[in-house]
Amino acid sequence: MTVNNVWVFAQGTNGNPTSFAAELLTKARSLSGNLSAFVAGDGASLAAALGKFGAKKVYSTGDLGGRLVGVAAASAMAAMIAGGNKPDIILFPQNYDGRDTLARLSVKLGVTVLTNNIDIAVNGNEVVATTPIFGGNVLFATAFTGAGPHLASFRPKSFAAEESGGASAEVVAVTVPDAGKTAAAKVTAVHVQETSGPKLDEANIVVSGGRGLGESKNYAMVEELAKLLHGAPGASRAIVDAGWVPYSYQVGQTGKVVKPSVYIAAGISGATQHMVGMKGSKNIIAINKDKEAPIFAVADLGIVGDVHKVLPKLIEALKSRG
Amino acid sequence: MMEMKIVVCVKQIPDPATPGSLDPSTNALSRSGKLILDESDAYGVEMALQLATAAGGGEVSIVSMAPNGEMSGMRTALAMGAARGVLVSDPALAGSDALTTAKVLAAAIQKVGMPDLVIAATESTDGYTGTVPEQIAEVLGLPSVTFAKKVKVDGGTLKIDRQTEAGYDEVECPLPALVSVTAGVVEPRYPSFKGIMDAKKKEIVTVTAADLGVSPVGWSGAGQKVSSVSQAEARKAGQVIEDDGEAFGKIVAFLETLKVI
Repeated sequence: MTVNNVWVFAQGTNGNPTSFAAELLTKARSLSGNLSAFVAGDGASLAAALGKFGAKKVYSTGDLGGRLVGVAAASAMAAMIAGGNKPDIILFPQNYDGRDTLARLSVKLGVTVLTNNIDIAVNGNEVVATTPIFGGNVLFATAFTGAGPHLASFRPKSFAAEESGGASAEVVAVTVPDAGKTAAAKVTAVHVQETSGPKLDEANIVVSGGRGLGESKNYAMVEELAKLLHGAPGASRAIVDAGWVPYSYQVGQTGKVVKPSVYIAAGISGATQHMVGMKGSKNIIAINKDKEAPIFAVADLGIVGDVHKVLPKLIEALKSRG
Repeated sequence: MMEMKIVVCVKQIPDPATPGSLDPSTNALSRSGKLILDESDAYGVEMALQLATAAGGGEVSIVSMAPNGEMSGMRTALAMGAARGVLVSDPALAGSDALTTAKVLAAAIQKVGMPDLVIAATESTDGYTGTVPEQIAEVLGLPSVTFAKKVKVDGGTLKIDRQTEAGYDEVECPLPALVSVTAGVVEPRYPSFKGIMDAKKKEIVTVTAADLGVSPVGWSGAGQKVSSVSQAEARKAGQVIEDDGEAFGKIVAFLETLKVI
């Protein structure tokens, strides 16, 4: 099929698109030159930056006034499509608001969704999206059948962002139709969790801890090591579920995907859920007392040992270097 | 106080501790054999039980969809305290996409009787498409709050802390509504012996997709087909050493060669 019109669900703040939006736009412009960004919020402030990554237009809803993004964005998109502005493919980030919007829109349009993808291609008459399964050991490619728009979401860092040198995108204001009862949820307060140091998904070094740490107070060693290396602390789902650290620390399938230069896994066995989020790291160091732990199958350097002994010595050694 | 009727969507999955496999004839995830309650759903069942108790009463029902009539996972939810269940069991459902799944579960919820609240996990552990809860809300015409990490009901209004990229939002939503809950939102109870015995007597109504009037379903209703399945490039294991008390030195040396210290 010929792809004539592609949209990307883009987000950003203070004039800067998210790295996620830049990655998706970079991929999308290889599918079609007629590329638009859809922003559920103030799209005008992002127009210049989105243009740099190839967006010709930015559809902007303006401030949503406390409405949740999913219903509002899906209603606006559905109205545009009903009005004849019909993209062949819409790319979404695999994140909270991206997922909500894609899901709502699929019901409004009566079309399927393909999620958790790492690639998309046009093969002859088909649009094919690829997702890794079984912890990334198998690549599963699925073709859309039936009428578009084809809705697909992608994992972070699936594509390397590259600027196209494009001019500022044309801002097109779009209205958000009244979605009735479905839009009844309202945001009453916004809480931003302050973190010091680099962000987990942008850090050059990530040190993650898991259940092998034994108890929550031992997570302090992970934080200290991360700080010494100017990296970010992360966590396995097990200790997030156990309440040791907030969800924002979670690396894995249902958490953040990280691809740092160095990933240090301390007391993490390497469940599929976790491996999906860190296997793309350039170098992996694992410390675990179980020599059969799956994490060692992906580690460049594996230490079979007790994290309670190895980490304090490692921290001391790094401190003594000053 | 008002009584709350709550329906929890649950999924029965192969034990995640066993390696997954694909059905060689269809390339769908193999879901044969004994299925267990998806651990992610235990949080939703627990949340529902706690909200019903806090409301001073009510009823917690569960709905599930499975191609092969499997009920063992649903029995776990009933043993925790849910009152009854509807299972949509139909070989025709095999191969259904997420949209069809949402339509089937929405119809099953209506069969139970429209509740005040629908609860689901954010995604299943085996297929993790991650869109079904929000799709169910849209099919039922309900507002929804996804990725809830804290849920309260206050005078017919939901008060929720919703996970965001930067932290969390406080969200208010009138009932009826749908909520998807993250793992860890509450601590799921273990079924008691009495609960397990009682669960055997609780009613699970089995219906087909046709009984619910949902068609087409399965492979023919899916807007997608398997294109190819291939092995990903495997990451090679490197050096694995036993800690002799000095292994930290190997890490320091490795970090030095990588020029990060």
